Amino acid sequence: METILLKDAKKIFSLGGEKVHALDGVSLSILSGEFVAIMGTSGSGKSTLMNIFGCLDTLTEGEYHLEGVNVSGMDKARLADVRNQRIGFVFQGFNLLPRTTALENVQLPLFYSRKRKGDNPKKRAAEALERVGLGNRMDHEPNQLSGGQQQRVAIARALVNDPAIILADEPTGNLDSKTTLDVLNLFRELNLQGITIVIVTHEPEVGQHAQRVITMRDGRIIEDHLNGKALHPGGRVGGASLPNISGPREAIS
Amino acid sequence: MKWFKFVKVALQSILKNRMRSLLTMLGVIIGVGSVISLMALGQGSQADITTQVSSMGTNLIMVHSSSGRTGGVSHGSGSLATITMDDVDELREKAATLAAVSPSVRVSGQVIAGNANWNTSVEGVSPQYLSIRNYEMASGTFFTERDVKIRAKVAVLGQTVVDNLFGDKNPIGARIRFRNVPFKVIGVLAEKGQSSMGNDQDDVILTPSTTALYRLSDGKTVRVILASAVSEDTVDAAKEEITAILRKTHKLHANEEDDFSLRSQTEIIDMASKVTGTLTVLLSAIAGVSLLVGGIGIMNIMLVSVTERTREIGIRMAVGARGSDILAQFLVEAIILSLIGGLFGIILGLGLAFGLGEVLGCSVKTDLSVIVMAVAFTAVVGVFFGFYPARKAASLHPIEALRYE
Ligand SMILES: Nc1ncnc2c1ncn2[C@@H]1O[C@H](COP(=O)(O)OP(=O)(O)OP(=O)(O)O)[C@@H](O)[C@H]1O
Ligand SMILES: [Mg+2]
Repeated sequence: METILLKDAKKIFSLGGEKVHALDGVSLSILSGEFVAIMGTSGSGKSTLMNIFGCLDTLTEGEYHLEGVNVSGMDKARLADVRNQRIGFVFQGFNLLPRTTALENVQLPLFYSRKRKGDNPKKRAAEALERVGLGNRMDHEPNQLSGGQQQRVAIARALVNDPAIILADEPTGNLDSKTTLDVLNLFRELNLQGITIVIVTHEPEVGQHAQRVITMRDGRIIEDHLNGKALHPGGRVGGASLPNISGPREAIS
Repeated sequence: MKWFKFVKVALQSILKNRMRSLLTMLGVIIGVGSVISLMALGQGSQADITTQVSSMGTNLIMVHSSSGRTGGVSHGSGSLATITMDDVDELREKAATLAAVSPSVRVSGQVIAGNANWNTSVEGVSPQYLSIRNYEMASGTFFTERDVKIRAKVAVLGQTVVDNLFGDKNPIGARIRFRNVPFKVIGVLAEKGQSSMGNDQDDVILTPSTTALYRLSDGKTVRVILASAVSEDTVDAAKEEITAILRKTHKLHANEEDDFSLRSQTEIIDMASKVTGTLTVLLSAIAGVSLLVGGIGIMNIMLVSVTERTREIGIRMAVGARGSDILAQFLVEAIILSLIGGLFGIILGLGLAFGLGEVLGCSVKTDLSVIVMAVAFTAVVGVFFGFYPARKAASLHPIEALRYE
């Protein structure tokens, strides 16, 4: 099933009379279990696309379906619930609450969860932290953690509510190459466990960890190809269920 | 509901910013503190006045001279002597609603005993004065109707006069001189303390009314007639009867105004408590303004806090907080800040009231209703001044909030 389905999506910002087409007709589908990297020059619309995926923003035109549900017409409160239940965010700047322990940070999505999931939130947060290898840092506050560790906490927070997809906008942008590798390996591991992941990156080496690389320019997708090197047999994405990828589109010359 | 969770989050946030929280609360602390302490002192002094005025005498009615020409607002009662001893006799004979009647002839001057002297006043009264004013004898005896008839030169002293003239010696039987008239001390009054008007009720020398009137004064001027009604319920009837009798003895025509004025003890209590009541309300209103300023302080800091925590708000929204969740969080925080401030304010106010009461020597009366009101008011302040910042936080766009540096 398509986790993400975008139909001719447009996002237009008006800046003092001038219109910026941040997304200029993007159609795209991402299947459950995929590991996608979105690349492209600065200002090409990557973050805008991620914000749409994450229901942080709404389209000007077109449709966005998340797990088969058309999200386009939902009100703010419903979008918040979708973010809470189905989306996990990972940011470049980690975005953890300061002076708040790792465990409490990871519990945050559960705090706003309107669905009673039975389990106690502390236990689930602890499990998520174990999953990212920070079982021994639960009571540390962000300023007592390294950048890589903070990003792991953020990933645990993204994981804690069993989302349909994890969205990471330049998750390694603030990390050194060694830590970048750790975080990417963590993503890969999670993907192997069946979690759909979309990351935005500037670095080609980072993109190489994904199965599929989408390249953007000026609000359009100019290239969308599978990354043979990164394909792994254990993933949910078997040969048969691979997406039907259209050939690279030419950007306006 | 989730409110409990929000309370927890709000408390955490308050504790994480202790100094700022304290400063935020300061306005409310001072506001509530001053309201509470002023109310406590105001109610205390009101109670003081009531007991003090009551101590002046039971069911007391005072009859003053008044010119009667201007009517309405008097220009100083007793400015024209219209009350005479005849009035006293008339009232005593005819008024069925009065239990006791006594004139009061006051003459001030220096009293001398041996080589001690003291500036005070002599009050010429009848024996019934004792019961009218609720005085009791500490030692010796009071003078009698016979003493009044013969204008006996006997005196009963208040404790203050005794202290100043005799110290620890027993004054009974001693001789004192007042305006060159010698008096024999026959009794001492039991101590009574200050009156509501702040004068010393023990600084008195009581003599028979006639003695004061004819031996010390001009033989005419009766300052005031003191009478006591049979019971509290008959005070109004007694006033009417006094008016009727005095109008008749003064031969006033129906179209002429009274040339005397009546005041009952209850009126005095009402008047005095009205004054202190107004004062209390006025001061409390001023204190209330400071509470308002405190509320604005909360709003100010909450607005700063919303700006400061924009990113936090963005993070919370990104992980699924609805606008209403953010609104609730900030509103609860404002209310809790305000309530904690109110609580500290109550403690401060009570401490201040009891401290000041101790220093100033007045009673302090705290009312649970005042405290409940203060708490309710601070909660309202929290809601009122917390709402705007909270709504501002709730209406932030998640992306912009996340980008905020
Ligand atoms: N809130 C906004 N108001 C106006 N214009 C915006 C807004 N957000 C984005 N844009 C514009 O939309 C375009 C795409 O921005 P976006 O942030 O998606 O780029 P990006 O690919 O993420 O770039 P980068 O790699 O630098 O992060 C840019 O031209 C940007 O100026
Ligand atoms: Mg970007």
